[in-house]
Amino acid sequence: MKELLKAIREEAISQIINAENSEKLNEIKVAFLGKKGKLTEVLKSMKDVPQEDRPKVGQLVNDARVEIETRLEEVISRKLKEQREERLQSEIIDVTLPGRRNQTGHSHPNTIALEEVERIFVGMGYEVVEGPEIEFDYYNFEALNIPADHPAKDEQDTFYINKDIVLRTQTSPVQVRVMEEGNLPIRMIAPGRVFRSDEVDATHSPSFHQIEGLVIDKNVTFADLKGTLELFAKELFGEDTKVKFRPHHFQFTEPSAEVDVTCFKCGGKGCRMCKGEGWIEILGCGMVHPNVLRMSGIDPEVYSGFAFGVGLERIALLKYEIDDMRLLYENDIRFLRQF
Amino acid sequence: MKTPLSWIKAYVPDLSVTNQEYMDAMTLSGTKVEGYTALDADLDKIVVGQLIKIERHPDADKLVVCQVDIGGETIQIVTGARNVKEGQKVPVVLVGGRVAGGHDGNTVTGGIKIKKGKLRGVESSGMLCSIEELGSTKEMYPDAPEDGIYILGDDTKVGEDALALLGLRDSVFEYEVTSNRVDCFGVLGIAREAAATFGKEFIPPVVETKGNAENVRDYVSVEVLDGELCPRFCARMVKNIKIGPSPVWMQRRLAAAGIRPINNIVDITNYVMEEYGQPMHAYDLETLAGNRIIVKRAQNGETFQTLDGTLRNLDDEMLMICDGEKAVGIAGIMGGENSKIRDDVSTILFESACFDGTNVRRSGKRLGLRTDASGKFEKGLDPQNCPAALDRACQLIEELGAGEVVGGMLDVDNSMPKNTRIPFDPAKINALLGTEISTEKMLSYLTRIDLGYDSTVQEILVPSFRQDLECMADIAEEVARFYGYDNIPTTLPGGETTVGRLSRKLRIEGITRNVAEYCGFSQGMCYSFESPKVFDKLVIPQDSDLRRPVVITNPLGEDYSIMRTISLNGILSSLATNYNQRNKDVRLYELGNIYLPKQIPVTELPQERMQLTLGMYGKGDFFDLKGFVEELLERLGMNKKTVYNPEAGKTFLHPRKQALVQYDGAVIGYLGEVHPEVADNYGIKERTYVAVLDMPEIYDRASFDRKYSGVAKYPAVTRDLSMVVPKEIFVSRIEEVIEKRGGKLLESCKLFDIYEGSQIKENYKSVAYSAIFRAQDRTLEDKEISGIMEKIIEDLKALGIELRG
Repeated sequence: MKELLKAIREEAISQIINAENSEKLNEIKVAFLGKKGKLTEVLKSMKDVPQEDRPKVGQLVNDARVEIETRLEEVISRKLKEQREERLQSEIIDVTLPGRRNQTGHSHPNTIALEEVERIFVGMGYEVVEGPEIEFDYYNFEALNIPADHPAKDEQDTFYINKDIVLRTQTSPVQVRVMEEGNLPIRMIAPGRVFRSDEVDATHSPSFHQIEGLVIDKNVTFADLKGTLELFAKELFGEDTKVKFRPHHFQFTEPSAEVDVTCFKCGGKGCRMCKGEGWIEILGCGMVHPNVLRMSGIDPEVYSGFAFGVGLERIALLKYEIDDMRLLYENDIRFLRQF
Repeated sequence: MKTPLSWIKAYVPDLSVTNQEYMDAMTLSGTKVEGYTALDADLDKIVVGQLIKIERHPDADKLVVCQVDIGGETIQIVTGARNVKEGQKVPVVLVGGRVAGGHDGNTVTGGIKIKKGKLRGVESSGMLCSIEELGSTKEMYPDAPEDGIYILGDDTKVGEDALALLGLRDSVFEYEVTSNRVDCFGVLGIAREAAATFGKEFIPPVVETKGNAENVRDYVSVEVLDGELCPRFCARMVKNIKIGPSPVWMQRRLAAAGIRPINNIVDITNYVMEEYGQPMHAYDLETLAGNRIIVKRAQNGETFQTLDGTLRNLDDEMLMICDGEKAVGIAGIMGGENSKIRDDVSTILFESACFDGTNVRRSGKRLGLRTDASGKFEKGLDPQNCPAALDRACQLIEELGAGEVVGGMLDVDNSMPKNTRIPFDPAKINALLGTEISTEKMLSYLTRIDLGYDSTVQEILVPSFRQDLECMADIAEEVARFYGYDNIPTTLPGGETTVGRLSRKLRIEGITRNVAEYCGFSQGMCYSFESPKVFDKLVIPQDSDLRRPVVITNPLGEDYSIMRTISLNGILSSLATNYNQRNKDVRLYELGNIYLPKQIPVTELPQERMQLTLGMYGKGDFFDLKGFVEELLERLGMNKKTVYNPEAGKTFLHPRKQALVQYDGAVIGYLGEVHPEVADNYGIKERTYVAVLDMPEIYDRASFDRKYSGVAKYPAVTRDLSMVVPKEIFVSRIEEVIEKRGGKLLESCKLFDIYEGSQIKENYKSVAYSAIFRAQDRTLEDKEISGIMEKIIEDLKALGIELRG
């Protein structure tokens, strides 16, 4: 009996090892472990085994069964792995073929630059507000301390609708509108379209965008203005950016300044972009002139504040190294797709 | 304003800085230097040489061989110049030196290096220089010969630096002077700033001109009839004029400032204008009828010939300088042809006056005439500067021996000295600047620029030349710029916290941009002003309100003369640009305003309506655009039924491929295929689609609220409907039927197939819908749905629709 079992086991194992495929393995399973399989036959002949030997023989039969089953499992699972591997190897694709894309559109470079600026100031607690593009002369000039016939008024070539209504030449009138509402303190930026009668060329456009900033509160200082704009410049142009404040003159701020940043292309060493100067002018700013506060109904003895104005196109042209302003308004898709 | 540094140093003798240091420090203290040019930048090794011997070149008729003494050494130079004679002294560039350019006046950046060479076999070690080769022109050096080598004076020393002699060891600085600093339109003003910036002493010229024992009043009288337009009029007389060249030092300073030296009288007026920032005018006294000057307004319709020969039309807002009979000059703008200084002039009257800036600017505008003088007067000059500048001019007349100054000055002074006093409050200044600058330091900065201080009442006394200083903030700026903007600390505003945010409108626009870009549209930007021809291009009906735009009175040209009332032109023009560039499959969008007047003529601000405009050609059609609209409305929480009404009535769109977008009872926009006539007008030869959404309608209806309504618990029942539908019936009719009959149990109905073609009879289309039913509280039974379906089918049949299968 023992020998018989051993022979069956060895035969089964030898067949398993030599089986070419999983069908053959299935046949082997049936032939040995099936209802009419060889091992089952041995069990059926148990009735001929003496009573006292039966547990022992049963054990032997079971051992043989476990061993055959185990070997079968092993080989089947190996075969399956091999077959899967074979299939995978045959499923070759050319990964260098182009990807299938949903051709999404692109934001205008002005918008990308504006969103960056907005992100920085919103993070500092500034509200983003807007004002009309066609504006009263009063808001565009007079309320900004630029009375009628002031030479400063001539410096901005204004488009007129009539003597009282103009295309705004700056976003500064939004300051006045917000101040007039009288909800203090104020921290706002006002982006928007402005107009000046400049002929179109590589650096001029009769229509462009500015971002006005205004902070009004008690105890706002020029030092606060410096700190705020320095933070802004570093956020926008990089941590290593240095900022230089130069005295300047604007009618609606006093003291006033123009702000230069170290050229972000050469880091201040001087290159073509900064015309060798290492510095690039990016904005004008100052402490809100007491006349402006007063005209908007804010007491300059109690409140102070600062204002600044940034040219959006200037930022976009500098940041993205665009060499001709006209590109911004041609809307050539080959240009827009680069942003 | 361009000025040589040597001129500044004349009044700040201790100033000793490099060009770069000067530029940086001046800019940081508020006198912005735009740039500078070192006149000797491209010049090197140029000395005075004396021509000892000149011989003919053995092999060239046009060349001569010179032996030149350059101080202890004689060198041989071959030259083609014909104006040289033995014994003359000339500028000589030595071997290894540089000249600025060629004799033809073309300069080379970095200069041209001079090497030893042979000319037609004869050795030449250096070059004799013309004024052009030294980088200048005959206009600026009137003593230079018409053609040839510059001849230096006999008093020059052989071997010495020729550049210094020619005034070329100097640098010219260009300043950007802001309109509030009229004092800095003169060299003295800038010199005062330079002295304060570098902490050096400012020593202005000491002017005293008594003149002879006579009195100008005995010769001439001045009347000012309009004191408002002429706050001050000063005049002095010079007789026995001797016209001649001005001295070299004056010529050099003027030339470096970009002013051509002419003769002593003209040069003195220009010199004083540069130095004092005060325009001057000289009249030939013999041309002044009645020896009188009358300052009065012109009469309407009067004409006047200015000294440029042009006949000008005058009006009664213009101020004129007249003699006893006639006008002789337009005040502050230009003198007249009739009183021009003649070459044989013997007596002149120098005018140094102050005119109302606004009036000069307005008059200049109406005349279309702007001069150096009017450019200065426009800024509003200091009346107190008039007599000082006039005396300076007379002093120079005496110094230069150009004439005999007559005693006394005519001075009509209608100016009201402002004598501004500003309370000096160091605490407030520090509070505004965020600094802790001591009172002493502040006062030291202020006195450096000649502001006075009355310590008894603690007030700053503003001198007349600083009319821009009016209040504490102005004084704070003066303190800040000499303390140094750089030295002010950097802090952030304290105080109450504020919430940073975008307005609701901007948030909605942000989402709109995202969805448009997700759908493949790139953002364009178009002008707000357009040509009135746009309406014809877009075939807008003649009687349309769109043809009544806001008009710009002073546009850049007709093409930019009206504020757009419809946004399509911008996007169509941009598509055309792309089409012409052969760009394929272009999708663009724009967010920009249109401007609708509330009345014509405009008296109120027009309505500005933000428009989302989309345009596309190439891949995609009407339904891609419509898909975008659906996507956008969903993202904006606009989940009510949107109606696409084919009766849009847009003349610029394909009559059968257009729809109004209606939502919540309002028209929120339209879309369609561009009418081929319009596409032709733009030169686009592909089918083009546009959509316009009127954003204000959307701002009101968008919602950021979202609510979870649960996932359905009970199964749905789906029934498909396959139909053959007459072509003219839009599927919206079918949907209406299904929705009406489906009632509450209908969850959705979806078109899943539509077909027109060979298998379907003519003028019909095959349409298939899935109707999905579901109850929230139970599993639906077949019977319920069958009842509904029967009613639906009945209604569809009534529309002439045949059910299939």
